[in-house]
Amino acid sequence: MPDVIPVDSVGIVTPKIAQFAEPLALTCGKSLTSYQLIYETYGTLNQDASNAILICHALSGDHHAAGYHSMDDKKPGWWDSAIGPGKAIDTNTHFVVSLNNLSGCCGSTGPTSINPETGKIWGADFPIVTVEDWVESQARLADKLGIKTFAAIIGGSLGGMQVLEWSIRFPDRLRAAVVIASAPKLSAQNIAFNEVARQSISRDPDFRHGNYLNEETLPKNGLGLARMLAHITYLSDDSMDSKFGRKMRHDAFQYNYDIEFEIESYLRYQGEAFTNRFDANTYLLMTKALDYFDPAARTGGDLSKALEKATCEFLLVSFTTDWRFSPARSEEIVDALVKAGKKVSYAKVEEDGGHDAFLFPIPRYMAALKGLLNRIGNQIKEEAN
Amino acid sequence: MRSDLVIINDWIKPNSRVLDLGCGDGELLSHLIGNKSVNGYGLEIDADQINTCIEKGVPVLEQNIDNGLQNFGNQSFDIVVMTHALQQFRRPDLLLDEMLRIGKECIITFPNFGHWRNRLHLGLKGRMPVSEFLPYNWYDTPNIHFCTFEDFRRLCDERGIKIERWAAVDGDLKGHLWTRLMPNLFSETAIFHVSR
Repeated sequence: MPDVIPVDSVGIVTPKIAQFAEPLALTCGKSLTSYQLIYETYGTLNQDASNAILICHALSGDHHAAGYHSMDDKKPGWWDSAIGPGKAIDTNTHFVVSLNNLSGCCGSTGPTSINPETGKIWGADFPIVTVEDWVESQARLADKLGIKTFAAIIGGSLGGMQVLEWSIRFPDRLRAAVVIASAPKLSAQNIAFNEVARQSISRDPDFRHGNYLNEETLPKNGLGLARMLAHITYLSDDSMDSKFGRKMRHDAFQYNYDIEFEIESYLRYQGEAFTNRFDANTYLLMTKALDYFDPAARTGGDLSKALEKATCEFLLVSFTTDWRFSPARSEEIVDALVKAGKKVSYAKVEEDGGHDAFLFPIPRYMAALKGLLNRIGNQIKEEAN
Repeated sequence: MRSDLVIINDWIKPNSRVLDLGCGDGELLSHLIGNKSVNGYGLEIDADQINTCIEKGVPVLEQNIDNGLQNFGNQSFDIVVMTHALQQFRRPDLLLDEMLRIGKECIITFPNFGHWRNRLHLGLKGRMPVSEFLPYNWYDTPNIHFCTFEDFRRLCDERGIKIERWAAVDGDLKGHLWTRLMPNLFSETAIFHVSR
């Protein structure tokens, strides 16, 4: 709980809900007749609605990116270190929009919502939603907020894929695309990790073919296991070693199957904590969205050709110890953008935090973001005058 | 702008596709983008310089040239520029080949080790030259492959590299007659515009 709201915090924020009555045709062939998106905004939208920044969240993120919901909150939003007055994403100059994606479990329509046709919880019947569908729904939210062109759209990991899709699908609706610790498509190893996560969920006896909420059970073991596995891939070998090493729970080995090492306890805690805040069907859907994403598939495997339509400038950032989406994956995007003659900058940040580093306020990384966004902010002001 | 950059700026045609190897704070590219509408990228490894480029709006890519340039296609740039850096690489000759593979033309500038002051320093004092322009000691210098104006000209000859034009610059960029007549002796900076 914050005793006092820090001066560089956006303070107490209240989520808003946008209702959409126009059906959304999904990539999978199905459609949603109506849906809602929960979102938060920070800062003030200027008169010509040109100072907006959209934040796209990663696999387990949500709309609560910055500030506090109440003085009782233990922690601020998931990217509070980057968003706020005077921070890299400066709410003094920009109006920040952060939403929970469709199929999420934090207030946007998803598997935990009621299916209007059956009156029951969607569960596993919720249609598969792709990155393309998310971007389409985000654009509709932008329409509703009166934002025609974003000053920037920013996302890390799966969020970065949404940013990439924005740049291709709606080239005239963003000035800058910031793609952080991301990839143009998943590798076989990435998909393999996702599949193990999915299997651990669907093989949990409490999963009930995804109908667990209607049957009043919860696949906590499976979801927890999925999170434990994923968590390992978010950290680097070095960061795990420096944090835990072979630190033991007791003074001597117990020679049984209980927890011996601190890392075991940490992972179990992470898995358990996750099951209290996240929905298993949503997790399945999010990992599928990751697997399906491959914009180059639409242009015969040529990423450069896929990006030809983009007109915004790009900033790519990777982290040296990230092995989930290694720097080489960001560089694939950079090379394709250079080949297509697009305006792009790329920073490979030395950092031992692994994939999770994209959430850390690393000075060099924050300065790069700030440099770009300040320049764009100034351009917007000049154009207005 | 640094004197060699002023000359390069004049040599680059408007709307060219430019790759600047070791672009620093993006001074040259920033100028070229602003005044000649070039489509350019700089390669750099220094974090602060990279952030300066991002702030200025100069496209900059973090890439260590020592690890190769294979990610750039054959003849994918109109011009590849390298200012005051060639002497810092392990194999300048191979790097020159790479530059000419990627670019239709290249512009290279380097400090001319044959400048009379260097010769005096080495000849009379018998010690490696240290000057305002080359402020390093022999053991900590990043410049591991010094060459003279004449050395580079000969390398081009041997490799069948065509010298489109050259310039010899002394500190104040005046382009004195003697610098033009005897560049190997009087130029502080050598500038070559080459192609295959």
